[in-house]
Amino acid sequence: MATAVTVDKDRKYQSEVNDHSKRIMTEYYDQLARAAKGGEPSGFLMISGNCVEILRAFDMHPVFPEVNALQLAIRKQSLPMILKAEQMGYSSDNCAYVKADVGMLMSGGYGPQGTIPYPSLVVCNYVGCNVYVKWFEHIAEFCKAPLYLLDIPFLREGDAPGQDDITYVVRQLEELIATCSRITGKPFDIDKLREVLALSARAEDGWSRAKELCKVKPAPFDAYFDSINMMGPINVLRGTTQAAGFFAFAVEAFEALAAQHKGPLAEERFRTVVEGPPPYPYYRNFRNLFSAWGAVAVNSTYSTVGGLWEWGFRHDPRRPLESIAEQMLVENLTNRSLTARYQQIRRYVEEWEADALVIHSIKSCRLCSAGQGDMREYFTRELGVPTLLVESDLEDPRYSSEAQMKNRIDAFFESLEHRKFLRKGTGGDA
Amino acid sequence: MITGGGVDVGSTQTKAILLNDRREIVGRALIGTGANVSKAAEGAFLTAVEHAGFPREAVGYVVGTGYGRYKVTFGDAQITEITCHAKGAQLLFPSTRTVIDMGGQDTKAIKIGPAGEVLDFCMNDKCAAGTGRFMQAAAECLGVSLDEIGPMSLKGQTPVRLTSVCTVFVESDILSYVAQRKKPEDILAGVHKAIATRTISLVRRVGIEDEITFTGGVARNVGMVDALQAVLGRRVNVSVEAHFNGALGAAFFALERAERLAAFPVSVFQFPSVGEP
Repeated sequence: MATAVTVDKDRKYQSEVNDHSKRIMTEYYDQLARAAKGGEPSGFLMISGNCVEILRAFDMHPVFPEVNALQLAIRKQSLPMILKAEQMGYSSDNCAYVKADVGMLMSGGYGPQGTIPYPSLVVCNYVGCNVYVKWFEHIAEFCKAPLYLLDIPFLREGDAPGQDDITYVVRQLEELIATCSRITGKPFDIDKLREVLALSARAEDGWSRAKELCKVKPAPFDAYFDSINMMGPINVLRGTTQAAGFFAFAVEAFEALAAQHKGPLAEERFRTVVEGPPPYPYYRNFRNLFSAWGAVAVNSTYSTVGGLWEWGFRHDPRRPLESIAEQMLVENLTNRSLTARYQQIRRYVEEWEADALVIHSIKSCRLCSAGQGDMREYFTRELGVPTLLVESDLEDPRYSSEAQMKNRIDAFFESLEHRKFLRKGTGGDA
Repeated sequence: MITGGGVDVGSTQTKAILLNDRREIVGRALIGTGANVSKAAEGAFLTAVEHAGFPREAVGYVVGTGYGRYKVTFGDAQITEITCHAKGAQLLFPSTRTVIDMGGQDTKAIKIGPAGEVLDFCMNDKCAAGTGRFMQAAAECLGVSLDEIGPMSLKGQTPVRLTSVCTVFVESDILSYVAQRKKPEDILAGVHKAIATRTISLVRRVGIEDEITFTGGVARNVGMVDALQAVLGRRVNVSVEAHFNGALGAAFFALERAERLAAFPVSVFQFPSVGEP
């Protein structure tokens, strides 16, 4: 049995792709800061199944409160904001994304004095999470901004959206378009929307190709931790030349790494699939706990919360509103049933040839975390996939215990090592 | 003679075991962990060496385990207590397939294979409900010692029903029963039953398979053994070494490595390194 190799806490995971992502996301935040100062129009959106292309057609700056919240957490600035919201009366059980964002708003992070513009329009594009609906209602109320709430029907097990569902969402998108036109004073230009959608499809092509490349052994990047660096470009910057260019660059870089048999670690000892968001307040340490064992994620569900592009869906300039509606209905991870998520993970484990499933369950989000106990049992008992379940939070540092987390992760990989060792002893496939 | 040492630095107590090449325990120690974890680890190890009656250098390999395993600075390797308890239980009861380990601050259910390898495990999360600490809180609340609560609980005729197994709230629960003039024996029987019920739900998550071996400090509590058997409806193995089980597993891994190092002194344990590309 091997032991874990101690990893330097300051370990660098930077690659050209991560640097590129950081650069274009920094530019995006700089643009937001300028928009805040200049009072340029902006629209607030949720990541899951978002319709950012509509806002782009009106040159409205898209703002994603979830991304603002996670940026606070990763910079270890979330707790004072969370406490601020709790002082206002938000419950300790409430989603910490909501509290961090509200705390930032109340601390002056929004508007001309802050770096995030006040919303000209709040677009609640996903209704599956009632907490999120309330969050966006609160933002609209605090900022005295108009709110447009899209009703997206939930997809039940085995259901594909019917034409009625698509038409229902398209009608709402038409209303949203009229609202954006009224707020910005600009007429709707369908050709501009088609151009934006074509750029979206290019980014989606690149995303899919990159994820596909992780079938190679070793995977050229970590499809959980490094994919998170690609989620900004795919979810926030989708529909821009920057995002399309980023993915062209990323694919070229990953293809070169795959050809040279290079991965993010010196040695890929375990291939994992990861389910659930990361603990952003301890992001680097969390990654190190897996790297210490040579564990590389070859795919992840969290990277698909905004959309699942790797199985072929693309925004289509020939069917602009219909394809946006389909994406909002079908490609949003949390708008599908739990059994659909099981099937997604199962395909990842089988087609990406993973050794194990890692579930990171978070306290903030019941929508993400409900059913993960059953999920663990399904994969362990019925499919025989070794599965690790660890718990903390994606935003609130108070719910994380590194010693406990490390203990579970170490024990899990020790057991995988031991089994590999035993299989070797019996002429198995280790 | 080749000897392997295992040091299990738990949240409450530190245990050390030395095994000789006939797999016999030749030295042992048990001390309180306290605030200085490194000192406790070293103290336990040196006491075990003294107990064995040979020099420290005679111990070929030392494995640290438990929460403080990285504080076993003089050790050669660290292995989690989950892996060590699995191995220890299999050494003591070779047909073990399920291990229930109750320590000071956590409870683990471990499913193991025939070689003592971990197949699956579950633990309580960030909460000391239903652990040794909970029992300590209950004992303190009733003014009895930790050693007394097990035998006392066996005398309970009508166990009280505890509404929670929260270590923080157990005090108010118990005080309300004391106010109702419930007998301490019945309160303690209720405490043990509540913990057993919670533990079994943890064990069910990995699947209950015979034989079941109960390890960890709490396994010394006869009331807990009885309550677990009652809730499970089957017998559990308990060894007199239950408290040292983690250290025993660690010592076994240490001995294995010491033996391999003695046979192949160079590069046997060149573990794959994980570094920058």
